[in-house]
Amino acid sequence: MSEDLLRIDDLHVAFSTRRGMVEAVRGVTLTVKAGEMLGLVGESGSGKSVTGFATTRLLDAAGRVTGGKILFRGQDVTKLRGDDLRQLQGAAMSMIFQNPRAALNPIRAIGLQIADAILTHKRISKEAARAEALDLLRAVQIRDPEARMNAYPHELSGGMCQRVMIAIAISCNPALLIADEPTTGLDVTTQKVVMDLLADIAAARGMATILITHDLGLAARYCRRIAVMERGRIVEEASPGILFGAPQHAYTRRLVAASPTATSRIQDLVTEEERERYATVVSKPRQEPAHGTPPLLEVRKLAKRFDQGPAAVADFSMTIAGGESVGLVGESGSGKSTTSRMICRLIDPSEGDIVFDGQSIGHVAARDFHRSPLRKDIQMVFQDPNESLNPRFTAFDCIAHPLMRLDGMRSGEGLRKRVEECAERVGLPLDLLPRFPHQLSGGQKARVGIARAIASRPRLLVLDEPTAALDVSVQAVVLQLLDRLRRENDIALLFVSHDLNVVRMLCDRTIVLRNGGIVEQGESRALFDNPKTDYTRKLVEAIPHIETGPTLAAAL
Amino acid sequence: MLSYILRRIVATLPVMAIVALFVFSLLYIAPGDPAVVIAGDQASPEDVERIRQSLGLDRPFLVQFGGWVWRILHGDLGTSIFTNLPVSAMIGQRLGPTLSLMIVTLLLTIVVAVPLGVVAAWKAGSLIDRVIMGFAVFGFSLPVFVVGYMLAYVFALELEWLPVQGYTPLSSGFWPWLENLILPAIALGCVYIALVARITRAAMLEVLQQDYIRTAKAKGLGQGGILFIHALKNAAVPIVTVIGIGIALLIGGAVVTESVFAIPGLGRLTIDAILRRDYPVIQGIVLLFSFVYVLVNLMIDVVYTLVDPRIRY
Repeated sequence: MSEDLLRIDDLHVAFSTRRGMVEAVRGVTLTVKAGEMLGLVGESGSGKSVTGFATTRLLDAAGRVTGGKILFRGQDVTKLRGDDLRQLQGAAMSMIFQNPRAALNPIRAIGLQIADAILTHKRISKEAARAEALDLLRAVQIRDPEARMNAYPHELSGGMCQRVMIAIAISCNPALLIADEPTTGLDVTTQKVVMDLLADIAAARGMATILITHDLGLAARYCRRIAVMERGRIVEEASPGILFGAPQHAYTRRLVAASPTATSRIQDLVTEEERERYATVVSKPRQEPAHGTPPLLEVRKLAKRFDQGPAAVADFSMTIAGGESVGLVGESGSGKSTTSRMICRLIDPSEGDIVFDGQSIGHVAARDFHRSPLRKDIQMVFQDPNESLNPRFTAFDCIAHPLMRLDGMRSGEGLRKRVEECAERVGLPLDLLPRFPHQLSGGQKARVGIARAIASRPRLLVLDEPTAALDVSVQAVVLQLLDRLRRENDIALLFVSHDLNVVRMLCDRTIVLRNGGIVEQGESRALFDNPKTDYTRKLVEAIPHIETGPTLAAAL
Repeated sequence: MLSYILRRIVATLPVMAIVALFVFSLLYIAPGDPAVVIAGDQASPEDVERIRQSLGLDRPFLVQFGGWVWRILHGDLGTSIFTNLPVSAMIGQRLGPTLSLMIVTLLLTIVVAVPLGVVAAWKAGSLIDRVIMGFAVFGFSLPVFVVGYMLAYVFALELEWLPVQGYTPLSSGFWPWLENLILPAIALGCVYIALVARITRAAMLEVLQQDYIRTAKAKGLGQGGILFIHALKNAAVPIVTVIGIGIALLIGGAVVTESVFAIPGLGRLTIDAILRRDYPVIQGIVLLFSFVYVLVNLMIDVVYTLVDPRIRY
């Protein structure tokens, strides 16, 4: 036992809320050895982050440890106070967070922010602290570190911000680093670079790490040992090979089955709610469009230039047939969102034309497009269902609004029927319609967002990272839902994502963008199996995979 | 930076022009014929006509306005109808006391209200928070003249710690100057302190929930460092805004406060001028206050850019 750096023993954490005490962690027991990287995986609400915050004593005011011990080098962290606690925080134990840009003080130069951490724990001069901060920036491989010392977070990319966070976290050579979703929200190649860096630094400094993540593939790639959490408990703990090859607990099996892999198809994803409906639709053969049918959407030599600098998108051409699904992938900054917004007619292209169903719509000003009769034919599903639904609108209002605006419907029986029909199509229980977004789960909100988009019976849906903010099991449901809608109603999908596993499953064709230009395009499976360019190969190789054996399929 | 300030100054020119037009129109918006008003009750129609001609009131409105602006640009605010002294000289005499009162009140407010707000936010929900916010509600509700008379009664009449009323210029010494301003500044500052403390608390509560505050805690920073280095500066934009808006409050409050404490400042001058319908003086004072206010707004914009590097200029 003595070699355990951290030993959490039957930890209970509760939060006081308006509806009384809610237990977020109920009896977690785990150990971390010096220098080890432990994966702590689970879906949102499983208590994995709360366990991390309890360990670093960063629970917010409403949260309290109600039972158990957290022994760090034999000392119970939960009982530390005052100076003892501050010697621990940031020195012996440190933490990095999700959304690195928000985790850095927006109005303080990053060099100062690193020096803050050093000066808190070491009695050295400001100049010496600055020199150390500079060394740390070099250690996390930030280019041109001297100049970056005076940069502010908004001047750096997300990946750079996370490197700065790592620099802060390792500044006092901690024995334990807790990384809470460190790469969520970063694109795959940046994720790989940041995680590789983190793993190298941890190995070089003999630092133990707890990697908290919802991404099983990421945990499998970097951790020797993984603990799975569900509803405040650890349900299973094993090496990745065993855990994903032959998961013992029912929850782990469900989680693994919902995670996309390099070879999985949409129908392989196991979901509870959507699977049967999906299976009946997918079993029917699709009617191939007659030969020579003109494409639904044709984009010719589209370009977008913002104020100054190079074009955000240049010379972009593509077509989508009715009922076809096309993926648009690339790193952040590759121009994929700009392109999708131009096609959606939310922003104006600088050059080129967009032809929808034989009509040129590229020259209709974006701010006038809502009056176009084609507005109802092109709809959008946005990235984060939490942010893109009006918090003061009920689910019913959200879905009814486009019907009133675009189909000219008045409130009344007819409207109610149409809204209910939309809810029914996306599998949203009708009794949830009077609820406000905060009363719905992530998956339910995603369904409302999709129901809103399909309410006006569009023929093209543009989806901007629709599953990026969702748990894997919810993501699986949404993917099956989208594919079902496509097959049922012949809706064409333009799917913008940095998650290549998802694009590979959902999209017939894929277009790879880089710096605003098309690098490669083709049939999805062929493109990902045999990438022709180094850029695509790099993207594909950066995706963390989990390997599932045949035992899993048998177990289900 | 310099070009930013210059651009802001240029942007304030139309505002000043509209203010000037409004101030000048005062004479015409007010009920009654200005010439009759100036001439007084006993004047004959010939007297009124003579005054009208000597003041140029018979000329077209825009010609009068143009001439007025031209004179102002040359530093001539006109002559008081009542005292026959130049308005600029009258304002100049009264500027010192009012400026002193406003500066002392402003400093007092910042020194008291900002720390109170920070502590209230830090201890949100606790007894200290409730006491501070209770005081804030109290400060809002009490009129300046009530607080003024109460303070004067307790600290000047009963305890005899401070003078009851009056004003001593700074040239007669720092303490005599300050001594006379303490009670008026507290009376005038009450509402202002309450307002700034509340805004500081709200802005700090917002900032304290941000991820970077958690990062600061994770680094092991002490409470003071977190509150004053990381949080307060991030909360500064709304606080600075409300302090700036508060200067307009101060201008109004100074008029009342100066009456209560018999301070010979612009507030008293304003009241006297209004009672006597001394239009050139009223115009001069309103113009001055507007100018100060535009200047304060300019300063706030400059402070924003100093506080927040994300604001581009």
